[in-house]
This record gives sequence, structure tokens and C-alpha cells, in this order.
Amino acid sequence: MSSASIQLISRFVILVFVQVLILNNINFLGYINPYLYILFIMLFPVRNNRTAIVFISFLLGLCIDIFSDSGGVHAAACVFVAYIRPTFLKFSFGTVYDYQTIKFNQTELSTRLTYFTLITVVHHLVLFSLEVFNISKIILILQKTLFSSIFTILLCLIMTILFSNKRK
Amino acid sequence: MQQIINFVFRNKTFLLFLLLFGVSLFLTIQSHSYHKSKFIHSANYLTGGVYKQVNGVKQYFNLKEENNALLEENRQLKMLLYNIEIDTTNYSTLDSTYLGDLYKFRTADVYKNSYSLTKNYLTIDKGKKDSIKVDFGVVTSKGIVGIIENTSRNYASVLSVLNTKSRINAQLKKSNHIGSLTWDAKSYEFVQLVDVSKFAKVKVGDTIITGGQSTIFPQGILIGSIDSFYIDAGGDTYTINVRLFNDMTNIGHVYVIENLNAAEVKSLEHKIDE
Repeated sequence: MSSASIQLISRFVILVFVQVLILNNINFLGYINPYLYILFIMLFPVRNNRTAIVFISFLLGLCIDIFSDSGGVHAAACVFVAYIRPTFLKFSFGTVYDYQTIKFNQTELSTRLTYFTLITVVHHLVLFSLEVFNISKIILILQKTLFSSIFTILLCLIMTILFSNKRK
Repeated sequence: MQQIINFVFRNKTFLLFLLLFGVSLFLTIQSHSYHKSKFIHSANYLTGGVYKQVNGVKQYFNLKEENNALLEENRQLKMLLYNIEIDTTNYSTLDSTYLGDLYKFRTADVYKNSYSLTKNYLTIDKGKKDSIKVDFGVVTSKGIVGIIENTSRNYASVLSVLNTKSRINAQLKKSNHIGSLTWDAKSYEFVQLVDVSKFAKVKVGDTIITGGQSTIFPQGILIGSIDSFYIDAGGDTYTINVRLFNDMTNIGHVYVIENLNAAEVKSLEHKIDE
């Protein structure tokens, strides 16, 4: 087993535990929680094939679902963003993506922010739409998406900045 | 045939995406109907075990509050015990001598509690091994918490009152007007009592208790006090905002209530349905 896959597996496990044991209990202002675990999908190596990432994202979402009794909402949202991730990659990184040579640590902060924002907002929108499951409560869905997204994006950026220095 | 296989290979990511998205949608929809969320719940061996370890640490932070709550409950029970002769008039309707035979109480620790989602569940440390079954009521000394929805050998998950799926029979304490308790997912301090007849005399500050119509809770378990109320668009019923007595964000120890006559009552009602 290569060191890259060990790193991926440990990242998976750590993110799931951090999410269910710490971040699910933050409940800032009553209902705002960050969903940091999608950092796994964001930082998944670009070179690997798309089928793998869709499947692993499903497992990731299902793990979170089992711990938080939420049916399949996290799994659905994760599969969705994992599937449309290449589109977002192309949109935010442009030609660099075509050569398949993205190293997330070396990208500029502004492009990384665009990429994180796109994935987070889409993930949260799917997540909360399925969780509320009621189109007449669209305001509640948008409200939750907005506030949780801000929290998640900030946390993701802080995490990538904190942990990128170590590997240089 | 060759073309079909080629098609599958070319679109394998999309097909996998469709399949997995379909599976998660199925699980989501299933979790929206009561008693159907069988596969994905936190009352299994792995998640229960993890939450147990974490709870072992977390409990220490709440020891002081838990002790105070227990002291307060002891005080109330002592008051009841020593004033029982004076109070007998109030209990003549309830026939307290039979209460011991009708309901069985068990204690349990809460391992996991959530209140920020629209479908909230708790996980407790008692399961099938301790004869906890589906549809038992869960309360604290202050008021109701929810209903058991799933059980495994060592753990059980509780459908919280803060769940848009939850519907609990409740009534006004002063009169016998009943309604059902729902939640609009807006605040964890308030639940809504709907379908209360407009002939009921509703006053802000009145107490709401569980009604005697379900086989889950005994009559008279505290729920909350009336915060505000309005008449529905139809004009026949009230919707009442109820401020819960329980602080749902801080629940440590709970009681699980078993109604020993539930099977009998249910079989009788089943016969009427047929």
C-alpha cells in the first residue's frame, strides 16, 4: 500500500470522527454547523478516476449519515458534488486542470476560494433540501445553506492553510 | 450486445452516480416515514460504541447540573411522599394505586443528542438486552423527550419531540381538550400543539401535558407552557406555541416508560379497525 493511499484513508477516518464528535455539536446560534468532512472530496487527487471518487464519496456520506441518524442525505449530497467536481475544477482552475497537474497546496488562494465555495454551496443546498424535504420551507433551506456554507468555507480554508505548510 | 456493453463502459461513472444517488434518495425517503428507518440509524454496535466512549468523558462536565437535577427531583418526590394524605383528593380520579402495575420505568443515559436538524434523534445506552422495545416513551424529570424508534442489542434510538416526523397526543391541563404535538423546526425551545378545538379556553402560561389517548405515555406527563396561540385559517382550531419545560440541548439521564397494557389496548383498537 502506497503512502498516498494511507494518507487518504487516515484523512477519511479523521474527518469522519472530527465531524461527528466535534463539529456536529457546535450548533452555533442554535442550528449552524460546519460540515468540514467535504474537504475530503475537495482535496481528492485529481488524477484518480472519477468512478472511484463517486464511490468513496458515497461511503463518506453514508458514514456521516449512520452517525447522525439522517437517512441518506449526506450520502446523496456527497455523491452529487463528487460527480460534478470536474466541472467545478475546470471552472475555477481553468487550463491548469486540463494538464491534470493540480497541487492544491500550490494554487492561489483566490482560485481555491472559488473552488471551495462552489463545492460547499452545492453540497449544502442538496443536503438541506433533502433534509427539510419540503419546498414550502425554501427560506429555511436557503438560510441554513448560507450560514453553514460561510462557516464551512472558512474552516476549510483555515485547515488547508494550516496543514499545507507542513508538507513543503 | 457489444454496443450495450460499450455504452455501459463509456458511461460507467454516470451510471454509478445514478445508482448511488438513487440509493441515498431511497434511504432519505425511507427515513421520512415513521418506523421505516431500519437500515441507517445510530443504534448499532459501531456507532453506539463510539458514542459510549465519548460520553464517558463528556459526562464529567455536567456532573454538577445532573446532581442538582436529581436533588430537585428527589425533593419533589419527597414532597409527594409526605404530603400524600393531604393530596389524596386530587388523585381520586387517577387511581394512583394502580399506577405501579400499569407502567414500568427504566433509567437510561443519553449518548448522543441532536437538536439543530429538522429530524433529530437521541441514542440511549439501553437496548433489546434491557427489554427496551419500539414505541416506549422517553421522559426526564422535567418533561417528555420522545419515543423509541429503533433498538439494537445494547442501544436504542429515540425519535425526539424536535423532529418534524413526531406526533404526540397532548392536552391542556385545565380542560380535556386534546391536540397533537408537532414541531415546525424553527426553534428547539418551542413545539406546536395543533388541532385544538376553538371551544377550549386557551390562556398564555397554561400548562400542556400528555393526553391519555396514546399507549405510549401515561396521562399527565409535563410538556411545556403556552407561549402564544392563534386561530388557524380554517377558523375551527387553535395552533398553540408551547415552550418546552425540558432544555432539549442538555439531556443526560432519561426514564424509559413501558406501558404494560399497550398490547391489550392495541389489539382492541385493531379489532375496531377491521
